[in-house]
Amino acid sequence: MASNNLKIAIVGGGLAGLAAAMKIAEAGHDVDLISVVPVKRSHSVCAQGGINGAVNTKGEGDSPAKHLDDTVYGGDFLANQTPVKQMCDMAPSIIYLFDRMGVPFSRTQEGLLDFRRFGGTLHHRTAFAGASTGQQLLYALDDQVRKWEAAGKVNKYEGWEMLSLVLDDHQVCRGLIAMNLQTLELKAFKADAVIMATGGPGLIFGKSTNSMTCTGSAVSACYQQGARYANGEFIQVHPTSIPGEDKLRLMSESARGEGGRVWVPRDPADARSPKEIPDAERWYFLEEKYPAYGNLVPRDIATREIFQVCLEGHGVGGKNQVYLDLTHIPAETLTRKLGAILEIYEMFVGDDPRYVPMRIFPGVHYSMGGLWVDFEQRTNIPGLFAAGECDYSIHGANRLGANSLVSCVYGGFTAAPSAIEYAKNVERGTTETNGLYDDEVKRQQEINDQIVRNEGSENQYKIHEEMGKWMTDNVTVVRYNDRLQQTDAKLLELIDRFQRISINDSNLWATQAVPHARQLWNMLQLARVITLGALNRNESRGAHYKPDFPDRNDDEWLKTTIAEYAEEAPVFSYEPVDISIIEPRKRDYSKGKAKAAQVPQPGSELKQTGREETWEKQGRVREGESFKELDDAKQ
Amino acid sequence: MSTTNGTGHIEKKRLDNPPKSIKIKIQRRANEKAEPRWETFEIPYRRNLNVISALMEIRKNPVTIEGKQTTPPVWDMSCLEQVCGICTMVINGRVRQSCSALIDDLLIATGGDTVTLEPMSKFPNVRDLKVDRSRMFDHLKQVHAWIELDGTYDLGPGPHISNETAQERYAYSRCMTCGCCLEACPQYHEDNYIGPQAIAQARLYNMHPTGRISMEDRLNGLLGDDGITNCGNAQNCVQVCPMSIPLTRAIYETNRDVTLNALFGWLRK
Repeated sequence: MASNNLKIAIVGGGLAGLAAAMKIAEAGHDVDLISVVPVKRSHSVCAQGGINGAVNTKGEGDSPAKHLDDTVYGGDFLANQTPVKQMCDMAPSIIYLFDRMGVPFSRTQEGLLDFRRFGGTLHHRTAFAGASTGQQLLYALDDQVRKWEAAGKVNKYEGWEMLSLVLDDHQVCRGLIAMNLQTLELKAFKADAVIMATGGPGLIFGKSTNSMTCTGSAVSACYQQGARYANGEFIQVHPTSIPGEDKLRLMSESARGEGGRVWVPRDPADARSPKEIPDAERWYFLEEKYPAYGNLVPRDIATREIFQVCLEGHGVGGKNQVYLDLTHIPAETLTRKLGAILEIYEMFVGDDPRYVPMRIFPGVHYSMGGLWVDFEQRTNIPGLFAAGECDYSIHGANRLGANSLVSCVYGGFTAAPSAIEYAKNVERGTTETNGLYDDEVKRQQEINDQIVRNEGSENQYKIHEEMGKWMTDNVTVVRYNDRLQQTDAKLLELIDRFQRISINDSNLWATQAVPHARQLWNMLQLARVITLGALNRNESRGAHYKPDFPDRNDDEWLKTTIAEYAEEAPVFSYEPVDISIIEPRKRDYSKGKAKAAQVPQPGSELKQTGREETWEKQGRVREGESFKELDDAKQ
Repeated sequence: MSTTNGTGHIEKKRLDNPPKSIKIKIQRRANEKAEPRWETFEIPYRRNLNVISALMEIRKNPVTIEGKQTTPPVWDMSCLEQVCGICTMVINGRVRQSCSALIDDLLIATGGDTVTLEPMSKFPNVRDLKVDRSRMFDHLKQVHAWIELDGTYDLGPGPHISNETAQERYAYSRCMTCGCCLEACPQYHEDNYIGPQAIAQARLYNMHPTGRISMEDRLNGLLGDDGITNCGNAQNCVQVCPMSIPLTRAIYETNRDVTLNALFGWLRK
């Protein structure tokens, strides 16, 4: 039924969720915005380095086509190229919009936007606001959405956590159930469409660079209700994080972008302080192995090299740490360009990185995988959309630095009109909905009641720690099939032990024990998707590396992993990758990037990998130049 | 806590003889109406503990120093990098973020083995160390802390801005709405003064060439009794701001704009 005044629910108020909210409100529709924390405190604030867009203001001949090539190449050709192209084309206008919204981007002498270099590219393509670009972009969007909130178009539900979708008997999404984190009250949110924008699942790995809200819980709930989860095994481990007791704190790639050098003493037993070690006795292993990109190789490569160097006993002091050295750069320059991130290091470690080389080690950072979406951000559940880190669409097997912010905004800007279009045109028919919401609230309430009633001997925080340790040890930088199998067995054990947890909190007002238990269950389910996806994929590609299968294998594995929930274990299937614009070629950063075999041409023929007939088709089939919903084809 | 030696090289001061265990004394409330009470917990000392990791340790098995099983303490946390502002509380009498409060530094400062945690007092309590700061976001509505766009479609880049202005604005734009300035301000109570946080955000947008066009809307939001007037110039705000935002400068410059607008604003009409 066509309608002028639609209600769209958005889950998550980071960059992607706020971008979508702003577009929907501007189009005159109503938004319910559901977020576990006040949206201004979302994880987007942690993004430090910048936002990519090929504006070519430095006279380097940069273009969206080159941005596309860098992104697809950096992602080891696993990303569908059409949405990547759409994003790269939109990127300059996204940056200019944020400029108009008042983001205090760094400027050139002429008063224009300044751009810096980042990993995986040879161009100055990254706009930045000091070293807290994500914070600045989020605040600008938060302020714009607040204007819509004051105008009554956006209703925020901050301190609410989504528990499940409301699906009608045609498996169409009609809204969601969320829990008030103070009262534990459950509420049904009716909506014409739902957009998931909940970010990544870093907490599955225990300690990561993610915020404590990044559990992936709501996305896992969607998965357990039938949403497809794609490329889960692709987890980016950031090369440079600061090990901590409570989390791993990110040291931004911009430290390398501004000239930071990674090294270890040539003699592992060298106990001198780093400043006393002469240049000739330092091993700048990234510069040595990758002369063209040096310290700015993409993240997966930098991570593996640092990991390997430490594994072979070359880490500083024999420990899992290498130097990230900025001390050759004038302190004043560092303060101006990197002040905020250097403050983080000094605050949590104590040493001043302008004078003492930092000690860093890789840490789990980003999920390239996420909810399966088509090229309009639609999931396989009608009425359910996804944007930002929680969808799988842009980054393939590895994400380039400063592409996350742009992909969040692109996702939000694409999901919003897509959701509006869907909601305007959907035929509701005669499906009875009243009982639907009550039934789902009741089902969720029963799960909560069971958790509160449980009086077992297991401790949920210890189960979380065990999951994190197993996942970090076995499902991150280097993966072996036997250990992946053992990890899945461990996850099954933890799922079993979960049934016997006791929440240890007799006061249910604002308790964090019940929400954590709900999150933990969902994390365990998603952990299996990640682990088994990695087990199945017998090749090395981007962030997924198996020493027993060290090469990329396009003949067998140039395909997207799709997991669907089943009680016993996730069911996996595969679908072809859209390689319609750039022919896959070997990824090699040891010299300047090989020129793209095929320059993007508007309207060029979609190139097929030609193997889809052997794969179980999921969600879409090719029809000429466009993908079409399989569901439509069936009808 | 750092010391500077002759070369300008800044080294961390470390605890020489750390205790075997440390005590965390927490002000508890079962809910917003409940009377506060104190509970003390003891955990093993480790290097590099911060207040958050101490609280996480306690949460796993909440037993007081007297051996009494109790409820797990409730507090807010998210980024743990001091950019989201959510984990703010009063630590050893001073308002700050708990993620960046290192146990070593706290023990060095007091010379003891106990760290005291209280919730912020200027906001409604939810439970234990968790408070409700939603009124800070309402302040931002009051001062129209945004730019009025014609639309979010592609209209090309924004105005030219000098890097100096961009950097000055950047300092204000780092405000994470943590509430330290309001907690420390002797003038800030419910409705008698909007406080430094929102004034700095008004200043942020008034300094922007486009934002300046709608400056009057922002200044009008600061005119009433609940606006800028009741700043008592105690300057506590700049002392406690974790982002080193020049709050008193924002107050001074915005107050000047409010006065000029009141005196001469009618000339533009």
